[in-house]
Amino acid sequence: MAMEFPDDLKYTRDHEWARSKGTRIVVGITAFAQDQLGDIVYVELPDVGDAVKRGESFGVVESTKAVSELFAPITGKVVEVNDPLSDAPETINEDPYEEGWMIAVEPSDPKELQELMDAKAYRAFVEEQE
Amino acid sequence: MSQRTPLYDNHVRAGARMVDFAGWEMPVQYAGILAEHEAVRTRVGLFDVSHMGEVVFRGPKALEALGRAFTNDVARTADGQAQYGCLCRDSGGIVDDVVVYRRGAQDLLVCVNAANRQKDFEWLAGHAGGADVRNESDDWAQLAVQGPLAAQLLQRLTKVNLSALKTYRFSQGEVAGVPCLVARTGYTGEDGFELFCPPDRASKLWDTLLDAGQPEKIAPCGLGARDSLRLEMAYRLYGSDMDDTTTPLEAGLAWVVKLDKGEFVGRDALVRQKEQGLARKLVGFVLTEKGIPRHGYRVLQDGTPVGTVTSGTLSPSVDLPVGLAYVPPALAAEGSTFSVEIRGRAAAAKVVKTPFYTRKP
Repeated sequence: MAMEFPDDLKYTRDHEWARSKGTRIVVGITAFAQDQLGDIVYVELPDVGDAVKRGESFGVVESTKAVSELFAPITGKVVEVNDPLSDAPETINEDPYEEGWMIAVEPSDPKELQELMDAKAYRAFVEEQE
Repeated sequence: MSQRTPLYDNHVRAGARMVDFAGWEMPVQYAGILAEHEAVRTRVGLFDVSHMGEVVFRGPKALEALGRAFTNDVARTADGQAQYGCLCRDSGGIVDDVVVYRRGAQDLLVCVNAANRQKDFEWLAGHAGGADVRNESDDWAQLAVQGPLAAQLLQRLTKVNLSALKTYRFSQGEVAGVPCLVARTGYTGEDGFELFCPPDRASKLWDTLLDAGQPEKIAPCGLGARDSLRLEMAYRLYGSDMDDTTTPLEAGLAWVVKLDKGEFVGRDALVRQKEQGLARKLVGFVLTEKGIPRHGYRVLQDGTPVGTVTSGTLSPSVDLPVGLAYVPPALAAEGSTFSVEIRGRAAAAKVVKTPFYTRKP
């Protein structure tokens, strides 16, 4: 299955992606993650102003059958949340990299981004999983 | 050391996502749980349930022996009738919930849960009471055809008169040339059939059903949809909603416990429990706030843990978070409110009548 992993994003081992957007970092889950989850029926995200810490849970995404935690790729403060997702969680399945974005974070240490995988490394990592 | 049903290759070919279930490699989904769930509610779906087990009681002592090991009154069934009930320990705790298919007073087939194949056989053999009890689990494959269009599809493939086959009745005949026990039973809440057939004919029967069911847009369905469908009906799932430590009275299965029919294992304990009153009851509830209840989440009353959720999901057909939970009897009445603890937050819940979903007429 030729799954998309955009080149301009960074990736985590928990299948989140991070995109630099000016001073913010936008976060979501990858095409691989949404495929593994199946139909997403529920999402729980933090509030604007909440702190997130790299490697720690910032919310959950749920399918009919299972709960899956979301792990922050970077440390910082949540400055924006994709609120429409709570009424249309399936957007994450349909468009995980654009409309399915989850939170935008003001990073406390922008260097953390460089420690994440690039698209090529992530693709190799995913292929190992299967 | 996972086992595979005779349909393993069929599932892989159809693009199924396989998972381990009770030591079996089973399809959890093909096109997706929501699509498969909808297929069963509106058209017809096909399930591989060959992982389930079969234990057969034979001989002149068969009916009596099984009767002593089973909570429901199988002596009141007719040949060709199926009956749901429990096998209980002396303590009243449930060994398994099963369906008995009475082929005759001297020939009864007990269909058991996959996880309990060996446990149930050993337990039943230990209560054989002179009957010939055999583990025939390896001699059967089982396919379930479920949905409002199941009968119309199946009738094209069999001479068994399905319109004369009522719910919880079965007949032996051929489906697409394959000898089957054709039962009007199921675990979805829709009309449908469970077909017990020889394992070496199962793969071909599966392909034939998928092919013949094209006009009905039949969908292969996995364990994911099987679970969301049964939960909408509040059908209990052994291992989730009950186990050796729960009694049928606690689990809301008093309707399949016939305390007056005569002696059976666990009867004394159940009579005592009924007299003393239950300490907990399994109820159906919906959340009235956002969230999805899941097995193991705590039930809170004014912040105090008083019970536990045993099954939960976002119901695709009624579009509400639904679940089953053990609660104190004081909280069991319809309309009672409590909270479900979801990751540290108390989500409001309300006890409702079940099933959560009603079949379209």
